Amino acid sequence: MRLVVPVKRVIDYNVKPRVKMDGTGVDLANVKMSMNPFDEIAVEEAIRCNEKGKATEIVVVSVGPAKAQGTCRTALAMGADRAILIQTDDAVEPLAVAKLLKAVADEEQPGLIILGKQAIDDDSNQTGQMLAALMGRPQGTFASKLEIEGGTATVIREVDGGLETVALSLPAIVTTDLRLNEPRYASLPNIMKAKSKPLACRAPADYGVDITPRLETIKVSEPPKRVAGIKVADVDELVAKLKALGVAA
Amino acid sequence: MKTLVWVEHEGGSLKDATLSAVTAAAKLGEVHLLVAGEGVGAVADAAAKVAGVGKVHVADNAAYAHALPEAVAPLVVDLMSHHDAFVAPATSNGKNIAPRVAALLDVMQVSEILSVEGDKTFTRPIYAGNAIATVKSNDAKLVITVRGTAFEKAAREGGSGTIEAVSTVAQGEGSKFVGAEISKSERPELTSAKIIVSGGRALQNSENFHAIIEPLADKLGAAVGASRAAVDAGYVPNDYQVGQTGKIVAPEVYVAVGISGAIQHLAGMKDSKTIIAINKDEDAPIFQVADIGLVGDLFKIVPELTSKL
Repeated sequence: MRLVVPVKRVIDYNVKPRVKMDGTGVDLANVKMSMNPFDEIAVEEAIRCNEKGKATEIVVVSVGPAKAQGTCRTALAMGADRAILIQTDDAVEPLAVAKLLKAVADEEQPGLIILGKQAIDDDSNQTGQMLAALMGRPQGTFASKLEIEGGTATVIREVDGGLETVALSLPAIVTTDLRLNEPRYASLPNIMKAKSKPLACRAPADYGVDITPRLETIKVSEPPKRVAGIKVADVDELVAKLKALGVAA
Repeated sequence: MKTLVWVEHEGGSLKDATLSAVTAAAKLGEVHLLVAGEGVGAVADAAAKVAGVGKVHVADNAAYAHALPEAVAPLVVDLMSHHDAFVAPATSNGKNIAPRVAALLDVMQVSEILSVEGDKTFTRPIYAGNAIATVKSNDAKLVITVRGTAFEKAAREGGSGTIEAVSTVAQGEGSKFVGAEISKSERPELTSAKIIVSGGRALQNSENFHAIIEPLADKLGAAVGASRAAVDAGYVPNDYQVGQTGKIVAPEVYVAVGISGAIQHLAGMKDSKTIIAINKDEDAPIFQVADIGLVGDLFKIVPELTSKL
């Protein structure tokens, strides 16, 4: 069974994003970029499926600028077999990404597609669900456990009240939550080996997908700032403050 | 504009997240509700009483019992032929269903809106709430999820909506509900609690978490939350997590105990009215957002605080 894992190049999760002075977006010039952390979890899960003999090939797909080749190489170094970069410098919304991934899935015929549940830049949390809809296939979102047996993927999902388990007939779409696994670091020999793994560059037009954005960003601004308050010296003073707030009698 | 609001319900009653979504939808136009599930008559009655509600569409069928998106999305798409906007609370169901609906309608969803700025213009948080984007949709129909903490809750009483049964039944293909492990608690629910006491990794283990955090929470009548670090370390289950990828909360009072204040945690609680932080590291980032801070050993401070309240 072939697995497809989409990966996105985003601002590194340790970097504090800064809003541009002109309000057009977040400043990404000279900022460290990395693979979206949820996508790393997706790549790791695919590799584990492979190690358990549930998968035969892992194809990573990225939609983004030429530099997203680096993101693809990272996934290849972790253990994916080959990569497809659908190259564009335009901003691509989840709906368009889902359409491109649908086209890739039509070509590759994967048994399972594992995606990060959301990207930490636009925080949309949409692509996996949209892809499942376009493919007319079942979805297991926010997965904290994945098991594949025969033609079924059993997914434990993190939901508001706790955990929920669903059984999906393959092909299916799964999106990862934080606790699904801890992604491995690529070893130096694997990083070297990844350089010679196949990476195909394509364009959105190759798939006949119109990526024109549907949402227009009018402005991007800083959130209202909280200012640091006071420090109290001891518990008695804290109790007095709580009483003043009306939360303690 | 005619809106269709997804009703989040549990145990026969409406969840608060639904009421916030109704408020957001009312800013767009006429409010219709969709109640889907099995044996949801009482929910439909409650939904019809919500202030400002017009029609309540009720899809009462075993196919919708677990809100599986494979079954629910086609149902919503069907109803969207005579609605202009689908509005869902940003709950785990809402997040699971809405994008599936959006793709079937060929609409780009607007996720987790914070405000309605115009007919098709909204604000929403990006980069874990470190930036706020104002976006305008150019699609013919709208699909929106609503951040509950950003909108007042519509009144549960005062409305007189008409209930209308939905006859079409969509079967979810390929997906089957197996089971659920839902946490049971006597305490208030995190996302609607007035006071929250949250613990972090500094609690060191599950026993300490329960022994230190819970008595304080019970004394204050508070809900219990946790940082991602505490959940990852297994002190408490996943549904306790407050943060960018956990629950977004905005209580009157948020007490952060032994939480350093990572960006992703702050993203989930920085809209709280009053933040109180207890931490032994006086340089911890949590103190930059806290209204009241107390530096010291939580293992001494919290039991003392609990006993003095």
